[in-house]
Amino acid sequence: MPGGGGAKLSLQMVTNVDERSVNNLSAIPKEEYLYKCTSACAGCSSSLCLRYVLKAAGPDTVLVVPACCTSVIQGIYPGTAMNVPVYNIAFAAAAACASGLSDALSARGKETNVIVYAGDGGTVDIGIQSLSGAFERGTNFLYICYDNEAYGNTGMQRSGSTPLGARTTTTPGGKRTAKKDLDRIVEAHNPPYMATACSAYPLDLYKKVKKALSIEGPKFIHILAPCPPGWRYPTEKTVEMGKLAVKTGTWILYEREFGKLSINGPSKAAMRKPAPLEDYINGQGRFKNLSPEIASEIRQQVERNIQRLSREEAGIC
Amino acid sequence: MLTIGTGNKAVAAAVKAAKPGVVAAYPITPQTEIVEQLAEYVTTGELESRYIPVESEHSAMAACIGASAGGVRTFTATSSHGLLYMHEMVHWAAGARLPIVMANVNRALGPGWNTWAEHTDAFSQRDTGWLQVFVGTVQEAYDATLMAFKIAEDERVLLPVMVNLDGFTLSHIMQSLETVEIGDFLPAYHLPHAIDTENPCVYGPMTGPADYFRFRWDIERSMRDAKGVIADVEREFAERFGRSYGPTEDYRCEDADVIVVAMGTLGKEAEVAVDRLRDEGIKAGSMRLRWFRPFPDLDLSGREVVVIDRDYSFGFGGVVAHSIRSKTGIVPYSVIAGLGGQEVTYNDIADFVRNRHPGEETWFGVSDHV
Amino acid sequence: MYEIRIHSRGGQGGVTAAKLLALAAFRDGKYATACPFYGAERRGAPVVSFVRIDDQPIKIYSQIHEPDLVIVLDTSIMDVVDVLQGLKSGGTVLLNSAHAIAGCNGTCRHVDLTGIALAENLVVAGSPILNTPVLGALAKMDIVTLPSAEQAIREMFADERNVKAAEAAYEELKV
Ligand SMILES: Cc1ncc(C[n+]2csc(CCOP(=O)(O)OP(=O)(O)O)c2C)c(N)n1
Ligand code: SF4
Ligand SMILES: [Mg+2]
Repeated sequence: MPGGGGAKLSLQMVTNVDERSVNNLSAIPKEEYLYKCTSACAGCSSSLCLRYVLKAAGPDTVLVVPACCTSVIQGIYPGTAMNVPVYNIAFAAAAACASGLSDALSARGKETNVIVYAGDGGTVDIGIQSLSGAFERGTNFLYICYDNEAYGNTGMQRSGSTPLGARTTTTPGGKRTAKKDLDRIVEAHNPPYMATACSAYPLDLYKKVKKALSIEGPKFIHILAPCPPGWRYPTEKTVEMGKLAVKTGTWILYEREFGKLSINGPSKAAMRKPAPLEDYINGQGRFKNLSPEIASEIRQQVERNIQRLSREEAGIC
Repeated sequence: MLTIGTGNKAVAAAVKAAKPGVVAAYPITPQTEIVEQLAEYVTTGELESRYIPVESEHSAMAACIGASAGGVRTFTATSSHGLLYMHEMVHWAAGARLPIVMANVNRALGPGWNTWAEHTDAFSQRDTGWLQVFVGTVQEAYDATLMAFKIAEDERVLLPVMVNLDGFTLSHIMQSLETVEIGDFLPAYHLPHAIDTENPCVYGPMTGPADYFRFRWDIERSMRDAKGVIADVEREFAERFGRSYGPTEDYRCEDADVIVVAMGTLGKEAEVAVDRLRDEGIKAGSMRLRWFRPFPDLDLSGREVVVIDRDYSFGFGGVVAHSIRSKTGIVPYSVIAGLGGQEVTYNDIADFVRNRHPGEETWFGVSDHV
Repeated sequence: MYEIRIHSRGGQGGVTAAKLLALAAFRDGKYATACPFYGAERRGAPVVSFVRIDDQPIKIYSQIHEPDLVIVLDTSIMDVVDVLQGLKSGGTVLLNSAHAIAGCNGTCRHVDLTGIALAENLVVAGSPILNTPVLGALAKMDIVTLPSAEQAIREMFADERNVKAAEAAYEELKV
């Protein structure tokens, strides 16, 4: 986290974001920085998210991408689907590489946005060390983790972010441990801005990226990004799957500015009266044949999380 | 049992037969199938082993080190960037004299990302103290993996072994595969220096200039002894299971005037080229180099040699070409081909032989070099 | 040696078709290899797989540049890929199509694998399964025997509808 002076300045910048301009999809610029010729699977939500992230960030942006689906989605040499500079880097190294890049650009007097766009594996597993380092030393950048809850690029093996009970190719009997709570790990670094987002709410994502980029220091956005081949649901259900994750309270949309939590609209309603968890789980092949014990443990995890965040927002500790 | 399978499946089947106590591995293309298959064997109970789902390759090898020192047989598999990411622990495993077996599915290194076959990943671990064998068929992937445990765990060796197979060309091809009942081919795991509270020892403490080199020499002594152990194990394997292997696989070499030296699948493809060349009256032979560490003694005297390197040591040359030159004194024609999965056919290999210029180096597909 | 190149799109089962074919040839007592060429692309991109069948052990790992037989599981690929490239003179083409397609020289056969799969309700994640019915067509063309084709399918799939689909393709293909 940057020093106190920087923090104040950032707060002012936050209030400068014009809320009205981003309340409808037509406010999102038409310019494309990710063209339609990607190599993503049909129904891929993470490539959709990248499109909105870049629209929010604009042309003065460099993307840092560790090994992940986005390494392939961006296109195969000599072609590319990208219209901003993309720096591909080794799997574990994105945040550290971004530190160097951010400092170099600022040393050259530039205000270019440095955005890491990394998968969950590259964030919660092999990349957690460089992520933590960059947040602790206050690198001025935005780290986005798009979370498809497994190693998509290598064909859906478990990651630390795979939820309890989900089948992957390395957890053929269902994962036995819970999803690593990445947000609380990042939170422990006290970043000036962090948020969760979901591919089914692109406008919300767009706003959050805009806001994050207006703040100095290390920022973090964690996007839930449903993945048809990995989660095993029909490609046309991608938006529905993201909405269900939010409506069932499995995924909670919120922001934290200088530590202060605010829960976003769609999740407020969902947390008061969550949709039945089955609506979300039963539509996904990866949760097939869940044992009643695991199903009830998943339910309890969701409930605990809702309670924890509701209490925090209400100021009950 | 006679069936057909991929190189990756063959490795996994051999590991299942070897019954390791711990498997710790991390996915990476084109090796992932090994990890997935082993995870499945463990889930179904076909393999009674602990499967440790680590968060990186560095941790995969570190977990194998802990497990091996803790007294059980261990296995991991990786490739390319994964192998490089574990590099520190690769040195550590050999220095700690742990008989870990690792399959490395050979793949090129970034940038740019490339998931296809190349040998640079393995060669970059050349000086770590690991034994390295390169296989050319699905069957050999299975057999070499089984033998690797026996060689590594032999008390004259006690060094880790890396079994190398070409990414995609071998890891993903389907060929016939005969699995065996291993019986007592692999004795129970016994590590003389396994951690034991009855006999408290400190492992790897600060070791000063007066002592350190002795441990290094000890590694080299075992490397030298390993040649004999490899020969013994390969002989026993042939007696038990009927398939024999050596430091090289020689094809029509007896009366050959020119010999192609290559590794992995290119070494098999070279045999087809040799047949074509013989039809034209060129007395060619093929020598597929199987063991890279310890580097075997080769007899190439009186022949012309064409070396195909699927690797490169920048500012120096092809790793195999220079190894052959320094070990045999023969100055080969050095061809750099197949980098990052570049397509090399038996026709291309035959052309290398037809157009050979001993002492020169050629990059296949590059026209503007001198 | 008999060399076969299979064109499909990622996710359509071309790779599995190659494996099944190699397995069936192997059950016929032949040597066989199946090697998919893996590109970096994802679902939906054109992919090729190669199968070699011989009476001798096969030592070739490179791609097949002059196939004896080209199989096209998705004819829409023909707009973007020259599937006939390198086809040996006198070579054969097998198309997944209900009717013949113009411009296909050499011996050209067609069978509606998609229709057969749909009739057997062989559909996974919305896509018809083509890799098991195609084996029946190949048996009819004497590339492998029908019993070996069926055995290979049973070794890889528990669902008997796959065998039925192969039999249907065997019946339907005209030679
Ligand atoms: C050191 C290293 N280990 C393993 C890999 C192989 N690898 C590439 S991407 C990937 C998984 C990425 O998963 P995630 O970060 O969740 O992104 P996704 O593919 O799901 O988009 C793996 C294991 C690698 N490139 N480098
Ligand atoms: S595997 Fe999932 S995240 Fe990766 S490209 Fe396909 S849909 Fe997108
Ligand atoms: Mg992921």
